[in-house]
Amino acid sequence: MRRNLAAIIAGTAAAALVLGACGNDGGSDDPTDGGGDTGGDGPVTLTITLNAIAGGKNAAEADWIENWVIPEFEAAMAADGTEVTVEFEPQGVDDEDYKTKISLDLQSGGGADIIGMDGIWVGEFAEAGYIQPLTAVGGAAVDDWDGWDQISEAVQNALSFNGERYGIPQGADGRVLYYNKDLFAAAGLPEDWQPTSWEEILEAGRALADSGVPIPLQINAGTAMGEATTMQGLLPLLVGTGAEVYADDQWIGGTDELREVLEFYRTVYVDEQLGDAVLQQEASGRDTSFAQFAAGEIGVLLEGDYFWRSVINPAEGVGTAPMENRDEVVGYTRIPATEPGSGINGQDFVSMSGGTGRVLNPNSENPELAWELLAFMNSPEAFEARAAGTLNITPRDDVNAELLSSDPMLTFVSDEVLPITAYRPGLAAYPEVSIALQEATEAVVAGDPVDDALTDYADAVAGIVGEENVNND
Amino acid sequence: MSATGTAAGPGLRRQPGRRRRADDVAGLGRVRAGLFVAPALALIGLFLVFPAVWTIYLGMTDYRLTGLAAANPEFVGLDNFATALGDDEFWHSLWLTLIFVLVSGVIGQTLLGFSVAWALRRVRGWVKSVIETLVLAAWVVPASVASFLWLALLDRRTGTLNALLGTEGTAWLIEYPMVAIIVFNVWVGTAFSMLLFSSALAAVPPSQLESARMVGAGSWQQLRDVVLPNIRGHILTNTLLITLWTFNTFTPYLLTAGGPRDESAILAVYIYTTAIPGGQLGMGAAISLIMLLINLVIALGYLRVARAASGGRR
Repeated sequence: MRRNLAAIIAGTAAAALVLGACGNDGGSDDPTDGGGDTGGDGPVTLTITLNAIAGGKNAAEADWIENWVIPEFEAAMAADGTEVTVEFEPQGVDDEDYKTKISLDLQSGGGADIIGMDGIWVGEFAEAGYIQPLTAVGGAAVDDWDGWDQISEAVQNALSFNGERYGIPQGADGRVLYYNKDLFAAAGLPEDWQPTSWEEILEAGRALADSGVPIPLQINAGTAMGEATTMQGLLPLLVGTGAEVYADDQWIGGTDELREVLEFYRTVYVDEQLGDAVLQQEASGRDTSFAQFAAGEIGVLLEGDYFWRSVINPAEGVGTAPMENRDEVVGYTRIPATEPGSGINGQDFVSMSGGTGRVLNPNSENPELAWELLAFMNSPEAFEARAAGTLNITPRDDVNAELLSSDPMLTFVSDEVLPITAYRPGLAAYPEVSIALQEATEAVVAGDPVDDALTDYADAVAGIVGEENVNND
Repeated sequence: MSATGTAAGPGLRRQPGRRRRADDVAGLGRVRAGLFVAPALALIGLFLVFPAVWTIYLGMTDYRLTGLAAANPEFVGLDNFATALGDDEFWHSLWLTLIFVLVSGVIGQTLLGFSVAWALRRVRGWVKSVIETLVLAAWVVPASVASFLWLALLDRRTGTLNALLGTEGTAWLIEYPMVAIIVFNVWVGTAFSMLLFSSALAAVPPSQLESARMVGAGSWQQLRDVVLPNIRGHILTNTLLITLWTFNTFTPYLLTAGGPRDESAILAVYIYTTAIPGGQLGMGAAISLIMLLINLVIALGYLRVARAASGGRR
């Protein structure tokens, strides 16, 4: 038995060490690394990875890759005499899990040739050396690409860091308030709703509560929803108070504006219980909120245009929580500032925008060919084929001019929301600050006093960026 | 280790035997014997010693998953260890782990496993097979599948448990996260204790039980005076294994992900959320090392107890 014990200790030690062994010395440049064929004249394999999967998350995008990009690109290359095989590695998970996966891929020197990522991750990935400027990877052909002329500077910035382009953005998005017109009618609220202050949102919430709606208001909070909490909850509220998460080279600390936002959360979730506080802590709370909105259990939901085109989209196999009568039942309206005129730049209405994009993997064995594929995926023809699945606001002005008018919601975002929107700072520290903000909302929603949450947040953000870079006034 | 082992029972071993063991039994000589052992040593070095040293090194850097510190990690000495040991979250996590190990492992699995084995000791035929199969199934089902079943059971809206109890809308994993993962772990791990105790009970000499009954010992007295002394070694082994497994288990992450607000973040989960989603690989390695040391202490403690127990029996 004694020998067994020794073996057990050894085994346990090994188990405890697995985590430690996960770290290694960063990217390897060995071109024979990873799968696929090793250059030369033989057949070449390129891989694409995105957080999209047929029948699940971003299904239309996955279908477009499988059914249009891959066959069309392979055919076009074959016509040029190059034999290329393109493989798609789909993912269908929460954004945070996807980020973990691709950072581990890149850290270990592997990963797909073309990787989809949220624009806000570019800074920390670039600083880690996991990704490099497009020109450094794809060669001179990158700067010569004619597509850049069609993509506005603001949109290009979404995938840029320190003034250099790291990837091709996939377009702009914007946040609005969605509301269920049937529930509004039952509560005696106008079908054409446009609140002009937070108080009017709360009033609508109270009316919905009185008419028996289970969840009158749903404003994302908590860490389980990850960046969705920051982007579809805290930041749109914060810009409504006139403050920004990063302004004048300083990060927001425990300021009055942030206190106002947290107090709004407290009113909604604790004092008046207009929202479902438990939902904010559930592991799959965001997906559940989608399903509940689709089922007519949520009155008002703050979400991006993603929600309209990829979640409640009634088209076959596109939405994850499709609503057959979306166009009749679901209304959308701009997010008001706290009071008229109190938003950033004195605005009455506010929004936040971000954007995803696709980067080239510096570990790619065939970087120039990978660039050709990436450019191909961003050609006007490619966006037109993509629009056959679901329409979204593309990065290209030429394509938008032609396609957007067919969808009133996206036209609304493009015309009414994008001009008043704000962006997150493209700094490497942002994701950490974002988590601290999520924790503050989680504490408030769980019932902690606003003052405690605010103090904890101020300490956390000082720990991340240093006391001198925090604005606590 | 063998020296102290034989020292525990000096009177029982023949002196020549003891001398022979220390000598070159196989006649290989030091060099050739070393050659035979070398592959094993190399494997241990590669997969055990190297990662251990590497963990120590990583734990002394500010290495991160992304950002500047990923490209150029800096040596920070014992900062990570000091931060971890001065961090309320670490102690909170350690405390949760202690409760988790004691309640779900040492008490839950051992008692339930023994009870099932004791209850089934005279049952034969298909009843025994069915019960054993059911208990074993919980152990054999892959953790990912088992956790999915439990998510379905405990779901707030469509969960089986809420339907059975009529408690619609209770979010068990949010409101009672520790209770949920403890019950889950008992469910998963009882099979091992049951199997081990079943075989241990079968090895209790029937003659001793018979004699006990002859002098009028009741069930409880038989259990206390005959059965338990006979299976003491098994109990010890079982408790050690369960303690270490439970201490290191990561499966509860699949149920609660450590949440809400770290209320179920046992140590293994805490390390993961710190190192991978949190990106602080250096800090994660430092806490891993602390966890490894705790493991060693537990194992050595049991070794001492085991030695004292086997010495005492002689």
